[in-house]
Order: sequence, then C-alpha cells, then structure tokens
Amino acid sequence: MSGNLRLRIGITLFVTFIGLLYVLPSFTAVRDSSLGRFLPDAKVNLGLDLQGGMHLTLGVDIDKAIENNMSQAGRDLRDIARDEGVFILRPTVTQDNTLQFVLPKADARETLEKILAEDFEHFQVESRSTLDDGQIRYALSMTPAYKKYLADLTLDQAVKTIRNRIDQFGVAEPDIRKQREDYRIQVQLPGLAEQERAIEILGRTAHLEFKMVNEEADIEKARQGILPPGSELSTMLNRNPDGSYTETPIVLERDAVLTGEYITNASTSFDSYNQPYVMITFNSRGARLFERLTSEHVKERMAIVLDGKVYSAPVIQERISGGRASITGSFTMEEAHDLAIVLRAGALPAPVNILQERSVGPSLGQESIDQGINAALIGGVIVIIFMVVYYGFAGVVADTVLALNIFLVMAGLAGFGATLTLPGIAGIILTLGMAVDANVLIYERIREELRNGLTPRAAVDMGYSRATLTILDANVTTIIAAIILYQFGTGPIRGFAVTLTLGILASMFTAIFVSRIFFDLWVAKRPAKAGLSI
Amino acid sequence: MGLNILKKVPNVNFIGYRKVAFLISAALLVLGIGSLVVKGGPSYGIDFAGGINVQLKFQNEIELPDLRDALETIGHEGMTVQRFGMEGDNEYLMRLVQSDIETDVLRQEIDAVLAEAMAEAGHEIQRVEMVGPKVGADLRQKALEAMFYAVLLIAIYISGRFEQRWWAAGIMAASLSGAMYLLGLIGIDTGFLTIIALLVALGLCWRLKLNYALGAVVALVHDVFITVGIFSLLNKEFDLTIVAALLTIIGYSLNDTIIVFDRIRENLRNRISKDFGEVINRSINQTLSRTVLTSGTTLLVVASLFIFGGGVIHDFALALLIGIGVGTYSSIFVASPILLVFQPQEEEPNAPAPAEA
Repeated sequence: MSGNLRLRIGITLFVTFIGLLYVLPSFTAVRDSSLGRFLPDAKVNLGLDLQGGMHLTLGVDIDKAIENNMSQAGRDLRDIARDEGVFILRPTVTQDNTLQFVLPKADARETLEKILAEDFEHFQVESRSTLDDGQIRYALSMTPAYKKYLADLTLDQAVKTIRNRIDQFGVAEPDIRKQREDYRIQVQLPGLAEQERAIEILGRTAHLEFKMVNEEADIEKARQGILPPGSELSTMLNRNPDGSYTETPIVLERDAVLTGEYITNASTSFDSYNQPYVMITFNSRGARLFERLTSEHVKERMAIVLDGKVYSAPVIQERISGGRASITGSFTMEEAHDLAIVLRAGALPAPVNILQERSVGPSLGQESIDQGINAALIGGVIVIIFMVVYYGFAGVVADTVLALNIFLVMAGLAGFGATLTLPGIAGIILTLGMAVDANVLIYERIREELRNGLTPRAAVDMGYSRATLTILDANVTTIIAAIILYQFGTGPIRGFAVTLTLGILASMFTAIFVSRIFFDLWVAKRPAKAGLSI
Repeated sequence: MGLNILKKVPNVNFIGYRKVAFLISAALLVLGIGSLVVKGGPSYGIDFAGGINVQLKFQNEIELPDLRDALETIGHEGMTVQRFGMEGDNEYLMRLVQSDIETDVLRQEIDAVLAEAMAEAGHEIQRVEMVGPKVGADLRQKALEAMFYAVLLIAIYISGRFEQRWWAAGIMAASLSGAMYLLGLIGIDTGFLTIIALLVALGLCWRLKLNYALGAVVALVHDVFITVGIFSLLNKEFDLTIVAALLTIIGYSLNDTIIVFDRIRENLRNRISKDFGEVINRSINQTLSRTVLTSGTTLLVVASLFIFGGGVIHDFALALLIGIGVGTYSSIFVASPILLVFQPQEEEPNAPAPAEA
C-alpha cells in the first residue's frame, strides 16, 4: 500500500471519527450515559413540523411607542414649564407625529425656548405660528436619530419582556430572535401544547394603570359623547359563572394616578370565598405613591385598568401602606395565574401584533416524522438495491459511501445545531439522488474508458479525473442555489438549504475521495488483465 | 460486469429533433402561461397571500359537506374546506382568506362548533397557520429576489468557468444590479421587476456572447415556467416549500445542463468533429446513460416521497417530480440546441483553453 493511499485512508477514518462524535449525542441513550460527558454538546434539533410546537412572528408597533413617548414628553414639558412659571395649553400628539401646544403669553417665549433647548434636546421646533390673539402655537417633532434610538430601545425592551414571560410560562427551549431591520420578533416554542394560552400571554401589552372613577358623571350622557373635562368612558368586565363577560360602562379620570411600572412582583392568592386574585407588590417609590394615593382618596373608587379594560373598581376603605395591593376581578385560576405572569414580566413598551403564526400539534409532528423517514427509507433502499444490481461490486462501494454520506450530513447538522425539518428530510433524500449522480458520473466514465480499451487501472484513473471536474462544476451551481435559499429563506427553507449544502459537500468528499480508496485498493490487488465489476 | 441499459454509446440525432422539441416546449409554455394569465397569476397559498389555515383530523369517517356546514355557522367570510392528505386519513384543511382573526378565538370557535355539530367524529386541531398580509407580501418579494439572484449568480459562474470571461460576467452583474436598483427606486412591483431583470439578463448574455450561460439560463427559466404553469393547470397552490422546490429544480436543471456542456467543451478541445452540431450530438449521446440513470434514481426517490411522504410534503414532491422530469428533458432538448443556434462565430475549438482537469 502506498503512503499516499495510507494517508487518504487515515483522513477518511479521521473524518468518520469526528462525524461519530457529533452524531452520537443525538441519541438520548448515549447522551445520558457516562460516555456522553466526553462528547460535544451538539444534537440535531427537530423543527416544529416534526415535534409540534409554535412559531410566531410578532410585529412591534413602533409608531405607537413613539406616539406614547411624545405624549409623555408633552406632559413632562407642561410640568417643567409650570415649575418655571410658564403655562402651556393642550399638548397633543397629532396624526403626522408632531407634538403641538399653545403658549398663551408671548412674553414667556424666551423662557420656554430655553427649557426646550435644555431639557428636550431630542425634539426640534417644526413651526411656530402666532395666532390672532397673540398666542403662539408650537409644533415639535422628534429628531430622526432619537426616533431610531427609541425604536431600537422599544424592540430590545419588547424582546426582554417576551423572554421573561416565556421563561415564566415554562417552555423547554424557546428561541427568541429580533429582526432589527423591520422591528419584528421571531418566537419559536417547540413542543408547546397550550398554544391558545401562549398567544394570550405573549400578545398582551399588560399596561396596568390605576385610575380614579368619576362618580359624578352621567353614564347616559357619556354614552352620547358628553363627558366631564379630563375624563373618559371605559368598560368594566364582569365575569359570569359560565365564563363569559358582561361589559358595563364606567367613567374614569383620564390621567392615571399610578401605573404598573412600579411593580416588583405579582402572584396569585385566594380570598375567603376561594376566589383567585392577583397580589401585587410595589417597589419603594410605588409603595409611597400608593400610600399617599389611598390616603387622599378614601371612600372613593379606584379602577384597575389593564390594557384599557377595567378589571375591578374597588372602594378604597383606608390608607394602604406596605406597598401591597390586590387585583380582584372574578378570574379563573388560570386567568389569575396568567395575569400574574404578565405583570411580573412587565408591560410591553408598545403593543405587539401577531403577524404570522404556525403551530403544529404534537400528534401531527410524530405522524410527519414517521412518514418522512418511511419515504426516505423506501426511496433509499430502492436506490441501494438498484446500484448493486446495476454496478455489481462498484455498486456496493457506491452504497457504502452513500451511507457514509448520510451519516456525515447528520453529523454536520448536529455540529451546526441545525434544525431538521420536513423539507430538511426532503433535502437529505435529494442529496441521496445527487450523491448517486456523482457515483454514476464516475462509473459511467470508467465504463466508457474500459470500452475504449483502457486497462482497469488506467480506466479508473481517467474516470475519476475526468468526472471530478464535472462533479465540481455541477455541485458549485447547486451550492449557489442553496446559499441563496439560505439568505432569503426563513425557517424550514433555511433548514433545507443547510441540508442541501452539507449533502453536496459530503457527497463530493465521499464520491470523489473515499470511493477512490476502495477502487485503488481493489485494482492494486488484481492482476492487470482482470476485468472490473462495474 | 454489472448491467448496462445502453450496451454501447448510442447515436441518436438529438439536435435533429430540436424543432419538434421547441414546439413541445412552446406548447407547454403557452399552456402554462395561458393558464396563469386566465387565472390572473399563480394561486398563492397563505404564505404569500396571507390568511389562515387550520388542519383538522377526525377519529371517525365524516362527510365533507357536513363539516363545511358546521364550520360555516362560525360565519367567517371567504372560507374553504377541503380534504387534505390521503384518502382515509380523515384530514381536512380549512382555509380563511382574512388574517385579522385572532387564532386563539378561532380555535375556540371551531372547538365549540364541532363539539356540538359533530360530537361523535372526534376532532382534533392539528395545525394552525396564520400569515398576515404584510408578512405575505414580504415573503413573496423575498422569494422572487431569491430566484433572481440565484439565476444571476449561476449565469456569472457559468460564464466564468466555461468561457473564462469573468469580466463579461462582471459587467452583466453590475449592470443588472444597477438596473434592478434604479427600477426598484421607481417602485415597480417586484414580480414585474424580476421578469424584466430576467429578460435583461438573457439579452445581456446574448449581447456579450455568453452562450453557455445563455443556454443554461434559458433552460432553467424554461423549467421553472413549465413547472409553475403545470402547477397552475392543476390548481395547486404556491407556498414557500414550492419556492424551495423551484430552487432545487434550478439546481438540478443546471446540474444536468452543465454535465452535457462539460462534455461538449471536452469534445471541442479534442476536436472530435468539425461540425458543432455533431459535437453536441456526440456529447449528449456519451452522457446519455448517466442522464437516464441519475434522473431515474432521483425520480425514484422523489416518487417515494410523493407517495409515502404524507400530506404536508405532497405538493413539494409533486413540484420536484415535474421539475426534474422537465429539467432532464431541457438539458438535452433546450440548452444544447440553444448553444448551436447562438453558435459563437469567431470562437473556435482553439479558443482560450479552460482550466485543465
């Protein structure tokens, strides 16, 4: 055996060994055994289509976040200006995303502009117009840089909140990714069975507010749109015994007296009637605010508003110190639990919309994997038998390297931590076809050279060298297609692209490099005149 | 010795059949594109059009009209219900055109309606997919871009590898990307943009005399259009997995074409004949046994996928079946004859030698 051949055998064994290292951990039995500790921490993940679960694309409503930030800035400006003795009127955010307000006294203009320049550097004055009565109307807009910063921040916060919620919901291996360019969040929850609940928990903004109830307002007039200044019409949910909700109108003060940002913890408890409720704990600042609030409004009703819906409006009996409050609302146990989760994880900085959802029940996953593997086996076995029948011993060689090929693809998938999906299985099957092609190209070429009268050894040499270039050209173009697929594809398509690329690389290695070893060994041992079984 | 399908190198005059082949191709293309035009474009699945799919499985045999009646009581507009997968699986697909329905609410509605109307059937919601219209449009655009860039890169690679004319390929890439960018600024629909870009690419290939690239690209565009056309004729829907299938077909079609081209190049170098048509014919014949074998085994595997792979993968396998069939045909009857038609005038076998094997 020549040194060159020995080196090639060495390389093949080495690659096979590395492949073994990456394939083995995918078998649970091996991973859990004592051997498992020495193996790399890699395995083939099954895609949602194979094990069930849920994939969500969430769109973060950045416009809403910017609008919220602007109206907050409007309130801040009013407060800061008032401290300086300047009064401004009606700060409002308009449709075209400008913050408008009116300065009634023109002589306060200088002070106001100083405040704007010092404390509101993220805003620029779009226009100042003097009205007939000497008032000045201002329109402010956000600087583009700050807008971008705010949008990025909102996305980051949303991802954090969603991650918190999922962690508390308890999913084994969630995968949460942000797509910064279009402010979307991809969430994968493999193996999840309670899909309705997951949507409910992830989609909820969980913006908690405490608002005072305006008892003087006339509900009937409010319904016609006649409201006392600074108040708004809202709906209160009352849960019926059968699980449905009755909505009753209620008039609230528009400005919240306290919001959920001061919450440090939330949990579920049961009251004396065995009704579940949510217990919340404020941080020290929130506790002080809550104490002052409850002392100022004894015997008044305070509404607990979550995402614009009033859950309860209890009468404040006495001053509440200690920073604990409870949200009652005739919840079911599950609802109370989910509410506690979203409150603990914090509010989303902006509403999220579910743009895309794909959820697969666990039973379908098992069915698909069975069918996929079945189809792969049937197709594979037919090809394997065919190759042996058609090429004799050379067919056995081809089948051997084909098996090595699939083995290496699995190792590659595990090594990259790739996800095996149904299209991925299709990719493997297709790889099988392509790998067969490489072998067929070589064998047909060898046959051709034999027909031309070359000796087996010369025919093998010629066959391999001629076919190699062709295989290379053909495979490079397929890899180009696979790379593009990966670049533009999402989810299962990417899995397919990865599988295809790995398959092609493996098939070039096995068909050109490894199978040659068998031929060289074989030809070396035979008398020069003997024929080849090909 | 193993078996031989072809005892010796055959001698079929493939080039002689090129007019018949062109007629067949033209007929298939006209039929497919005609169907697309009549139907106003491909019928997009929810991946591209947006909407909701709900896959239902029943324990017991049910009647489709009963299911339809029951689901209609929910009262969503634009609902269709159809059988899914194999006979006897008792699987059905409910499809909604709108996507602004909350899926958790929809699940509850379906559960409630079916528990009441078809209690003994034992239903289970196996899969829910919702794609919003915005995401659908994005996916459609990305899919088209993917097809375009795949074709462009492949054309460049072929021109570089086969004709040693990377610079010409580079010019083509630069001018195409520039044109795409400019047209994109005007805000033309991506679908039109891609078709325009493809036409420009073909024009450039022709103008720059990148004949191998031209042949290969025409062949793969031919394959993709015929597959899309047949899908339209069969009223099959287009979704992301079909795009994956189309890109695989592109890869396969090229694979096949390049193997024939490689042989042509080798035979040109060895000057086996003065007549270019004869060289092409010989090359196709020499690679014919390989073509038959490979296509045969690949089709076997894909067919097993089609028959045994289950409902989810069914259409994907069908697209591959059609595409690989057409791809094999086009490498022989479309790509090579185009090489002959646009035969390089001044360029003869002794043109710059390609890299040696």
